[in-house]
Amino acid sequence: MPKQLARGVPLLSRSARYKKSGKWAVKHRGPVEGQVKKSKAVVTTKTEKKLGKKGTRTVVRPRSPRFYPTEHVPTKLYSRPPRPPKIRPSLVPGVVLIVLAGKLRGKRVVLLKVLPSGLLLITGPYKINGVPLRRVNPRYVIATSTKIDVSAVEVPAQLNDEFFKKPANSAPKKSQEEFFEGDKKDKKKEISPERKELQKTVDNQILPIISNQEYLKEYLNAHFGLNKGEYPHLLKF
Amino acid sequence: MPSQPIRLYTKGVVLGYRRSKHLQYPQWTLVRIEGVKEKNDTQFYLGKKVAWVYRAGKKNKDGSNIKVMWGKVATSHGNSGVVRCRFRHNLPPSAFGATIRVMMYPSNI
Repeated sequence: MPKQLARGVPLLSRSARYKKSGKWAVKHRGPVEGQVKKSKAVVTTKTEKKLGKKGTRTVVRPRSPRFYPTEHVPTKLYSRPPRPPKIRPSLVPGVVLIVLAGKLRGKRVVLLKVLPSGLLLITGPYKINGVPLRRVNPRYVIATSTKIDVSAVEVPAQLNDEFFKKPANSAPKKSQEEFFEGDKKDKKKEISPERKELQKTVDNQILPIISNQEYLKEYLNAHFGLNKGEYPHLLKF
Repeated sequence: MPSQPIRLYTKGVVLGYRRSKHLQYPQWTLVRIEGVKEKNDTQFYLGKKVAWVYRAGKKNKDGSNIKVMWGKVATSHGNSGVVRCRFRHNLPPSAFGATIRVMMYPSNI
């Protein structure tokens, strides 16, 4: 409902509404030169209606189309093409992150890249703290002030969101025998040799940079935890 | 995993519901976070997830009887660093005086 001062009294006057609508800025009202507007031929029926003394008038009504879909097919709304994700300024490639939740909680890792989905691509490196190439949610991560210069590091283009996504049917449908056997919890997840290769490719570029800086390897190996008397609002990361 | 457990949360205490003398509002629980003594100190914690971890009677199928109630730090309460939290389901009164975990996520650092 448009805003009203009182019932029947609109908030904006007619001139104010016109200004607000922006119609004054629209220069082109007619068809654009060169553009031929396709006009749909609407089949109409014309009936003569008798109006007594006044005579008759023709009533023109569009006929219902001959063919229409039996099920209502909703028209697809315009969806904007995805834009690059907005990430807080502290998350810069090469920064050391502290992972706050999940399996990797407490680990210090290196940020490689911000993926188009908005997730962060990180690596331990694997040799240092056992963290593989992985995606991580930026909200579950603290960026420290420790940075590594990764400008020379080439992250393979293969490492994108599609690469890390879980396959659609990741849970295999159990056969009858398997169903009766029950859950096998000792199924080890096998890492593809491709992943191991990519891990090596990336880590071998980063490890020399890390070994150049004193104590950085030990730092990445260490876990982060709050101790007695340490409060995050007083800590400087 | 390291030999010593890692703490990635700040401890807090549940003080009770937000209330006046005769009327209480169970949607809001008041939490005193350790080390937070002033209103401006609470700024860091606003929006952070909060968890009340407790033991229930029955053991669930994973073999533990530990249960969690999740919530968020909503706003500061008063001038001395107390904070108002909102949980997915209101905290039961048995949680008053219990220790609560104020996590460090969603992080803004």
